[in-house]
Amino acid sequence: MAVEEKMGGSNGEDGGKDRFPVGMRVLAVDDDPICLKVLENLLRKCQYHVTTTNQAITALKMLRENRNKYDLVISDVNMPDMDGFKLLELVGLEMDLPVIMLSAHSDTKLVMKGITHGACDYLLKPVRIEELKNIWQHVVRRKKTDSKDQIKAPNQDKVRAGNGEFGQTSTGSSDQKVNKKRKDQSEDEEEEGEDNGHENDDPSSQKKPRVVWSVELHRKFVAAVNQLGLDKAVPKKILDLMNVEGLTRENVASHLQKYRLYLKRLSSVATQQANMVAALGSKDPSYLRMSSLDGFGDFRTLTGPGRLSSASLSSYQPGGMFGRLNSAALSLRGISSGVIQPGHSQTLNNSINGLGKIQPAVLPANQNQNGTLFQGIPTSIELNQLSQNKSTNHFGEFNRVNDPNVFGVATNFSDARVPGGGSSNSLSTASGNPLLLQANTQQTHTSGSFGNQSSLGVASLNQESFDMGVRGSSNFLDHGRCSENWRGAVQLSSFPSSSLSTSEAFNHEQLPPNNLQENLSWTSSHVSNSPIDLSSSMANSARLEDSRGDMQCQVGLNNNVIQNIGYTAKQQWGDRRHDYNGNLNNSFSRVDSLVSASGAVMDQSNAATSKRTDVSLFSQLSGDAPYVVQHPEGEKSALDAKLRSNEDYLFEQTKPQSGFSQNNFESLEDIMSSMIKQGQNNDTALMDGEFGFDAYPLGSCI
Amino acid sequence: MDVVSQLQRQFIDYSASLHREGFVDDQFTQLQKLQDENSPDFVVEVASLFFEDCEKLINNMARALEQQQGVDFKQVDASVHQLKGSSSSIGAMRVKNVCINFRSFCEAQNREGCLRCLQQVTHEYSLLKSKLQTLFRLEQQLLAAGGSIK
Repeated sequence: MAVEEKMGGSNGEDGGKDRFPVGMRVLAVDDDPICLKVLENLLRKCQYHVTTTNQAITALKMLRENRNKYDLVISDVNMPDMDGFKLLELVGLEMDLPVIMLSAHSDTKLVMKGITHGACDYLLKPVRIEELKNIWQHVVRRKKTDSKDQIKAPNQDKVRAGNGEFGQTSTGSSDQKVNKKRKDQSEDEEEEGEDNGHENDDPSSQKKPRVVWSVELHRKFVAAVNQLGLDKAVPKKILDLMNVEGLTRENVASHLQKYRLYLKRLSSVATQQANMVAALGSKDPSYLRMSSLDGFGDFRTLTGPGRLSSASLSSYQPGGMFGRLNSAALSLRGISSGVIQPGHSQTLNNSINGLGKIQPAVLPANQNQNGTLFQGIPTSIELNQLSQNKSTNHFGEFNRVNDPNVFGVATNFSDARVPGGGSSNSLSTASGNPLLLQANTQQTHTSGSFGNQSSLGVASLNQESFDMGVRGSSNFLDHGRCSENWRGAVQLSSFPSSSLSTSEAFNHEQLPPNNLQENLSWTSSHVSNSPIDLSSSMANSARLEDSRGDMQCQVGLNNNVIQNIGYTAKQQWGDRRHDYNGNLNNSFSRVDSLVSASGAVMDQSNAATSKRTDVSLFSQLSGDAPYVVQHPEGEKSALDAKLRSNEDYLFEQTKPQSGFSQNNFESLEDIMSSMIKQGQNNDTALMDGEFGFDAYPLGSCI
Repeated sequence: MDVVSQLQRQFIDYSASLHREGFVDDQFTQLQKLQDENSPDFVVEVASLFFEDCEKLINNMARALEQQQGVDFKQVDASVHQLKGSSSSIGAMRVKNVCINFRSFCEAQNREGCLRCLQQVTHEYSLLKSKLQTLFRLEQQLLAAGGSIK
């Protein structure tokens, strides 16, 4: 054994250690003393340098104190003081160290969760020494990837197995695969390592170092894209704006492509969600039908618990998606304030990983954070889950965020409803996903006005989640289904002020812009309708019996915010729902339509979107006052059409008892502004700005 | 020499019987291999840790299952999970197998089944403990006489 290690070490590409992997510093965390002791001994036998602790908190502390003291972390999954996955996320985010998960269970879901949270590998207990002998490859791999990041690699587009990651998931999974394959081929590993290290030296088998899109990097990227406008964002310009050394145009190009896809997904999710909301909002089935929005039909069915989200979420799973889902989840949360299951909220954070789970938890947490994009979203994700149940709780979480900034929406909603209220935090759950984080961070940027725009982003992030959220909205109506969440989410969006953070969330490519947009527009519309209502709705997300507040996830759609908006709208709807069941239904439909419209709109103009879509939506929503649904050009029309039908429907039905009354807002802007004001004291600017996700053409989403 | 060989023989036989009867499995062998001059009492230490931990977990489970008002199966499950992890780490195969069954009863929230499993676990654990203690005693005798277990 020792011999092998040494061999591996001498061939290691690492600069510092000649004898690597000998002497590799491992931190082992496990609450089971026996396993810990055995592991320690096994590692020592592999000639690693081992530090052990039986508490995750202690481990974190040690890592934070000096990240450079360790090369690798091995952590158990089940620990009493902190969930292993949470630790995994935190370590990945903060310290960017490779983490290996350890468990006595080989449950596929758990393994998947590990991957999505960014684990490099997943080992089963009892650990065998053969497996431990090869864990050093993760360190090498990561180092190579990181160093390559800085290097000017000619073609960075080549994805190195396990290296870099657009979201850790890919890394994780690839690592896993690689790990398995390499189990007994340390030589091969080394060779590849060498190749990687000397990519330039070996053009034929050149594997360009894969750029690791860290949170920071992604944030810059999104900021640059937003600055340029999604439509006009070209890699060269983005590259210039980002001004990151070592980054090539190719890197940016491929990342941009992914980002666009992501947004598309978000928007489509949003659409779905809108549908859901609509479906949910309107108790009447016809309503749902009206919402011709795609997904409605699905939603209807989805209303069944968990249908929505899980399905959508599951698909979402990529790590990056997570972020999105989270946001989506958040949105959902908002929407389904009721829908979201309280329990889930918490999970959002964790679930973010498991997209499927979009635990509402996410939302709650995020709410308060401006940056927490996902806050809303995670919740939404949860929403999905919740959709089944009245997850009001989730929204509550979302609502909890009370932070006006943060998701204004989320908070609003959450407060009232969300038990967890952590909606804003939803992002936190997303934390698992680096992407999410990014979204969050991004949101913070944008959120400025919106509060936690990012949160919304989260919602939108995952189309799936969004769907979920949307679904939740549907539930919203009565069952606290997602629709409600959606509503809530929509509502969230309404609260532009709150934090369109969703837009942030959208940063992730996957954000289903549509959804958010819809939400957003919805929100705007809502806002318009009864600015007060909306605002109040939003604010009251709590009102929403369901914590639609999540919708607030305001979805920082800023970039993708649109989605958020949808959420907000949803949320509002959700809230309204309680007040006005009928209205809600209508609202939802409207919202949905709006959302979709918004979504489309949102894409277009982020800023304009709100106005535009909202207007149209609002008018519709209020029923009283003809709202000018101004969907962003192009989309609008499409949306409008949709919306109108829906809206009309909605209008009739919803007579927002309290707020909705009206269609007062002549223009979305007004509505939005009111919303925003209400929600937070942010000025409408948010709406505009946030919605400005112009970068991503929602149209496509819709 | 005779004594040593004899002791050695005894030790090996006993060890083999433990394997044969399923008390321990390959993992235990691995642990034995891990023992070296750097950690001469590794196996004994790990085993002692295991016994302590096992007792604690069994008590936890018993307490949880005794709750008349409502058994917290999650807690029981958590304990079982941990016991499963540690027993598999040390190579206590029979204990581990009982844990696997135990877990499904927990998931099914079957109190009776759980209680039965708990009994089984306790039984297996006591058996294992006495067997291992015998083994360690033999080992010590062997080492004292100048032999080695390798």
